[in-house]
Amino acid sequence: MQYMKPSTATEASDILARNEGAARILGGGTDLLVQMRSGMIEPEMIVDIKHLDGITDITAEDGGLRIGAAVSGQRLGEHEGARAMWPGVVEACELIGSTQIQGRCTMAGNLCNGGPAADSVPAMIAAAAVARIEGPKGARDCPVEEFVTGPGKTVLGKGEFVSSIFLPARPKAASDAYLRFIPRTEMDIAVASAGVNIVLADDGTIKSARVALGAVGPKVVLVADAADAIIGSKLEDPAITALVRACEAAASPIDDKRGTVEFRTTVVGVLAKRAARIAMDRAQENATGEKT
Amino acid sequence: MKNIHVSTTLNGDDAEFVCAPEETLLDALRNRLGLSGAKEGCGTGDCGACTVEMDGRLVCSCLVLGAEAQGAQIKTVEGMAIGEALHPLQQAFIDHAALQCGICTPGILVAAKNLLERNPDPTDTEIRYWLAGNLCRCTGYDKIIKAVQIAAADMRGA
Repeated sequence: MQYMKPSTATEASDILARNEGAARILGGGTDLLVQMRSGMIEPEMIVDIKHLDGITDITAEDGGLRIGAAVSGQRLGEHEGARAMWPGVVEACELIGSTQIQGRCTMAGNLCNGGPAADSVPAMIAAAAVARIEGPKGARDCPVEEFVTGPGKTVLGKGEFVSSIFLPARPKAASDAYLRFIPRTEMDIAVASAGVNIVLADDGTIKSARVALGAVGPKVVLVADAADAIIGSKLEDPAITALVRACEAAASPIDDKRGTVEFRTTVVGVLAKRAARIAMDRAQENATGEKT
Repeated sequence: MKNIHVSTTLNGDDAEFVCAPEETLLDALRNRLGLSGAKEGCGTGDCGACTVEMDGRLVCSCLVLGAEAQGAQIKTVEGMAIGEALHPLQQAFIDHAALQCGICTPGILVAAKNLLERNPDPTDTEIRYWLAGNLCRCTGYDKIIKAVQIAAADMRGA
């Protein structure tokens, strides 16, 4: 095996393209090293991207934030601007693994792993986050909801890798939240999860919304019907009921030792309801400057 | 397969080692540098027995390549005592029986030290969440949490 440390995106992409199938990207390594050590994969080449320009930076851009692909969960959590603008994304990313894993794990890696239960992904999709992909033809952008095509499968082509995640600008009267269910209090993978992002109109009703569900299908899903159910409302009971129904209808989970189809379907509706209420409280607080 | 020469800072001192590209930092510390404090428990990042600090952040050294230590600041349990004087956490763990078999102890000490540097006065809940990635199969954790609190109080008073 070879360990490569490219200093430019072009160089990294070139190495990946020339060693298609045999080279793997190393960011935080919290998935890659586990896969290597268990014998799941035997890469001939490791491409450590942590030395590329900006890859470990969080930078303001067009009113939003660009999160470098090698920014760790802990580093994101320490960023006051990120916490204030996208609290749901930050809380989702901070749920990945232990303190030790937080020291290394990244949102970009969580996304590229392609898992349906990845904690940061529903929150990123709800946030309308965009992945910046570097490749042989230069950079291109891909909305996070279009990035994963199936379990472990992504849109990344030959020589391509994710260099950053962009969290867009948002109005003041807006916020987001993420919740997951696990059978213990820490260190587990979501049995069901929900990310909700809302923007309020001047009259306090929901102007626009995005709802994404995790671990209830082969990939994380953006549920337009769930968003439509709450748009125009202030989360009164009928809107909440419609939201829950839409989430249950969108869920197509598997039965396994961690949760049955019935359990996951019910719980994902409950999580979406609670996440919507948290996002609403946060948005009202942002709108008025007062704690609700 | 080409071996890699790595220059790093280990517990404040310059250190150099040669390792294979796929070799973990844990194996490099134990087998190349003779520091056997960090332990391999699970090898998958779940148990925390291999915990070390890398550039100020806790990491599972079983999930870091030795090659990644190039230019980094690595701190291990071996760097906690100053000469014969144990770190307050080490002393509290001994005085208050916060260990039994001891396999998890180096990782817990390194993780607890990093916590107290960030938060000198944590609650029990904060300690428990911070150490959620450090598994102990002997103590039931109560004595560990108490020892961290006693050390924290000691360090605040010092």
